[in-house]
Amino acid sequence: MIRIENINKRFKKLKALDNISASFEKGQVISLIGPNGSGKTTLIKSILGMVKPDSGKIYFNNEHINGGFSYRKDIGYMPQIGRYPDNMKVGQLFSMLKNIRNEPDENLDNELIREFNLCTIFEKPMRTLSGGTRQKVSAAIAFLFNPSVLILDEPTAGLDPLSSEILKEKIIREKGKGKLILITSHILSDLDELTTHVMYIQEGKIQFLKNIETLREDTGEIKLGKAIARIMKGEDPTGNFISEFLK
Amino acid sequence: MMKLPRYVLYDILRSKIIIAYTLFLFIVSLSMFQMEEDSSKAMLSLMNIILIVLPLVSLIFTTIHYYNSYEFIELMLSQPLSRKRILLSEFAGVALSLLSSFMIGVGIPVLLYSASETGFALLFTGASLTLVFTSIAFLASVISRDKAKGIGFALLLWFYFTLIYDGLVLLILFSFSDYPLEKFTLLLSALNPVDLGRIFIMLKMDVSALMGYTGALYKDFFGSGAGLLYTIGIMTLWIIIPLWIAVRKFNKKDL
Repeated sequence: MIRIENINKRFKKLKALDNISASFEKGQVISLIGPNGSGKTTLIKSILGMVKPDSGKIYFNNEHINGGFSYRKDIGYMPQIGRYPDNMKVGQLFSMLKNIRNEPDENLDNELIREFNLCTIFEKPMRTLSGGTRQKVSAAIAFLFNPSVLILDEPTAGLDPLSSEILKEKIIREKGKGKLILITSHILSDLDELTTHVMYIQEGKIQFLKNIETLREDTGEIKLGKAIARIMKGEDPTGNFISEFLK
Repeated sequence: MMKLPRYVLYDILRSKIIIAYTLFLFIVSLSMFQMEEDSSKAMLSLMNIILIVLPLVSLIFTTIHYYNSYEFIELMLSQPLSRKRILLSEFAGVALSLLSSFMIGVGIPVLLYSASETGFALLFTGASLTLVFTSIAFLASVISRDKAKGIGFALLLWFYFTLIYDGLVLLILFSFSDYPLEKFTLLLSALNPVDLGRIFIMLKMDVSALMGYTGALYKDFFGSGAGLLYTIGIMTLWIIIPLWIAVRKFNKKDL
């Protein structure tokens, strides 16, 4: 569904993405993990066309995105820090997006709006919302248009346990529908029950992209957190763990 | 197609700054016409105010608006919309609101007191300058990511167009005063929309008789149909070129 070929991105001195190639298919839930500043968000933003890579190509459904925009209708994006027009009320934000997208109501996915009870804050301006509530709004927007690809950047950071659980269940339901989901998170225990593949990035390079089962076998750990910790501590991470997906 | 500009416009109207600006223009224009018995004198004072205030307000308002709506732009970018459309919608929203402020604030008093050729020249110049400086401000704000830098750059441009440029022209005229410079100054006027606007209005007024030989040459040129076309053409270029560069830069930008 999404194919990335040799993309490079440099921000002045910092090499944010170093020759990254990967391929993601329908039904996969891919966890992007790596230390802070390793290039996860830059990769996501490149897929969305917000950051323009210096070289390399990104294909969406076998079409080179090449500065186009219409492919984004199939992507739901939840940013790490949701920033919204301050004066706009929550309800207005939703109605504006619906108006711009022009989707018929029956195609919309209002589940998260209902489950997070966002209707009660529809009259509040965005600037008065707390960080967690903002996250809920971001999540509801990402799922609203029923996209076939979901890109979630730190979805559970800042959410209370209850909301975090609601969101996780929603992700699992969408995964069941055969959608492609990309998640970055530092809370590995959250990813444990969701993920099918793990992509580990460090200093802009992919260290490995592998199936969670293989990863568990290779490290002998059940918990994702421990498995990753073992790799980070242990052997040369590039050696043994070259992914079967990068052949 | 007008969906996005409508939201931009809605956002601008809510901030009330634009309403204050309209009122300011309205009160200034009205008081000019009230104080001066002679409406052409009032027009002259009004022109001087417009040529200073309009570019300044357009530049500053547009830059601040651009940086304040960064979140909106970011949000729109994650939707299936082209970058060009997003930026042009922003431009349309800002330009439309500034333009209507000017048309209400200055247009109504001018039409009431002095609906002459000079009056229309003033309105035309004011409207063009608003669009020109909105366009330039978009370029300035797209180029720099930092808000302070962007506003500083816009201010610098304002100084350049309203003060520094005139100084440079005077310097050139003094240094080369032995040569016939009439045609050359005509060319120089094209390089600064504020000057072009000033000449365009002045030549519709009686004061142009005081400007000597150059004035006569100008009057000959700007009074003709070709002069009008020339002014419209140059102003249009000043609107389109900065905006076009801004769209190109915006297309390549990382957000």
